[in-house]
Amino acid sequence: MNFETIIGLEVHVELKTNSKIFSPSFNHFGAKPNENINPIDLGYPGVLPVLNEEAVNFAMKAAMALNCDIASDTKFDRKNYFYPDNPKAYQISQFDQPIGENGWIEIEVEGKKKRIGITRLHMEEDAGKLTHSDDGYSLVDYNRQGTPLVEIVSEPDLRSPAEAYAYLEKLKNIIQYTGVSDCKMEEGSLRCDANISIRPIGQEEFGVKTELKNLNSFSFVQKGLEFEEKRQEEVLLAGGEILQETRRYDEQTKETILMRVKEGSDDYRYFPEPDLVPLYIDEAWKERIRAEIPELPDARKARYIDELELPVYDAMVLTSTKEMSDFFEATIAAGSDVKQASNWLMGEVSAYMNKQQKELHDLALTPQSLAKMIQLIEDGTISSKIAKKVFAELVEKGGDPEKIVKDKGLVQISDEGQLTEIISAILDKNEQSIIDYKNGKDKALGFLVGQVMKETKGQANPPMVNKIILAEMEKR
Amino acid sequence: MSEISKEQVKHVAHLARLAISDEEVETMTKQLGDIINYAELLNELDTDHVKPTTHVLDLKNVMRKDEPRKWIEKEDALKNAPDQKDGQFRVPSILE
Repeated sequence: MNFETIIGLEVHVELKTNSKIFSPSFNHFGAKPNENINPIDLGYPGVLPVLNEEAVNFAMKAAMALNCDIASDTKFDRKNYFYPDNPKAYQISQFDQPIGENGWIEIEVEGKKKRIGITRLHMEEDAGKLTHSDDGYSLVDYNRQGTPLVEIVSEPDLRSPAEAYAYLEKLKNIIQYTGVSDCKMEEGSLRCDANISIRPIGQEEFGVKTELKNLNSFSFVQKGLEFEEKRQEEVLLAGGEILQETRRYDEQTKETILMRVKEGSDDYRYFPEPDLVPLYIDEAWKERIRAEIPELPDARKARYIDELELPVYDAMVLTSTKEMSDFFEATIAAGSDVKQASNWLMGEVSAYMNKQQKELHDLALTPQSLAKMIQLIEDGTISSKIAKKVFAELVEKGGDPEKIVKDKGLVQISDEGQLTEIISAILDKNEQSIIDYKNGKDKALGFLVGQVMKETKGQANPPMVNKIILAEMEKR
Repeated sequence: MSEISKEQVKHVAHLARLAISDEEVETMTKQLGDIINYAELLNELDTDHVKPTTHVLDLKNVMRKDEPRKWIEKEDALKNAPDQKDGQFRVPSILE
């Protein structure tokens, strides 16, 4: 029997407002425990939440970028539960009137484009962070309590773990472009739960689904789903049945482990939040936010291909993060050749970032210095080989490429007389190579070029060296 | 007349983490039933042409600017905690 996989994802994204969604506490990641809390976050009796307008703006912006319809009448609801991560014993969330509904994003897997529906995007507050110890107690840090969140629920449109991965990449990319969140999984500003079920091909009704938690990277989401897909298939083929349960992905064993079996649906007793008044979003407000949405990755990618005439691959890599794309555009704006800027960013710059585990903003390199360096290559002041030395300096320490070239004496030797002199001396010392070359051994030429480069510390103009060596050998 | 069952009362008590005796279940089943029935008087009103509302106040869009403000010091926040350790609230572990 062949099965089809059905996956839906729930993604939580923290919004990077300055203050929390319902209280004026600072909304910062990385503060010492419980530095950014106040009586509202702690749920003291008598305190009242007041909605942060910017949190609404950010949520609306994310919802619009994900092609959602924006609600005109919306409100907040109480979701009741007892757990020490939330001192109020309820989370303020949105139940039946989310700010965004009926969205979609387009993903591409193995060259195939596919539209994935987004059921809803709603606003809510994040909870505190618990650290469990083995003495039977847990420590609670409420800094995260009240951080504005949006929960983004996909339609069950994903048909493979690879599609789930592509969806997450795309979602993250789009939201990063809007600037409303960093979407850093390692800092918890993007978190993902996955629902997965399988059904025999041809069957219309969905199979029983399991929910996966503790997915700490996109690749663990994919691996966890791959494991679960196979596990469910094995259970069904052995005549067993899938139970509606929550499972956790174990990074060590690469397996999913049962956390709990769900009995009935969760009973959160949602009701309209009486401490907050309804929210009406008129057309003017919507248009104001819509106007703030920057060009999104797909539009940029298309522009790079159509207008800048870059290869599809370049356009894809350059738009994979907003930071890279912005850097690229600033480099061109500073006067760099388009394809050269792309080559350097995808090549040396990316290689350096990967090796050092750094992001673009960590580098001393600026778009202006990269553009200047590329110009120096183009006008023949330095060779591309020497450029690597200049680049090494720029990326570590920054500075003006022209000054680096001058101070380090890296200017390319393009003086014909000077090069001929050097080459003659080398030919004198390597008569055997000349004979070899004349006997058809092309490698000998490469050896001679290498000797010239060694003599000039790589500063000789390579095309000229080639030309002069050939001319000089002719004469002998 | 709507009825509320003892099971529903026990379930709601559990959700609210209230320990109630069998005797209290009896009393509350009756009392809660009376309250619900009283509220059902409202059903006598014709609300066909009234827009549903979720709030009793005639207010909308009460919001504040996104300006952070330090309100209390961490020490004060922790002062009322039943237990604390390393600047954090210490609570009995509840593992899901």
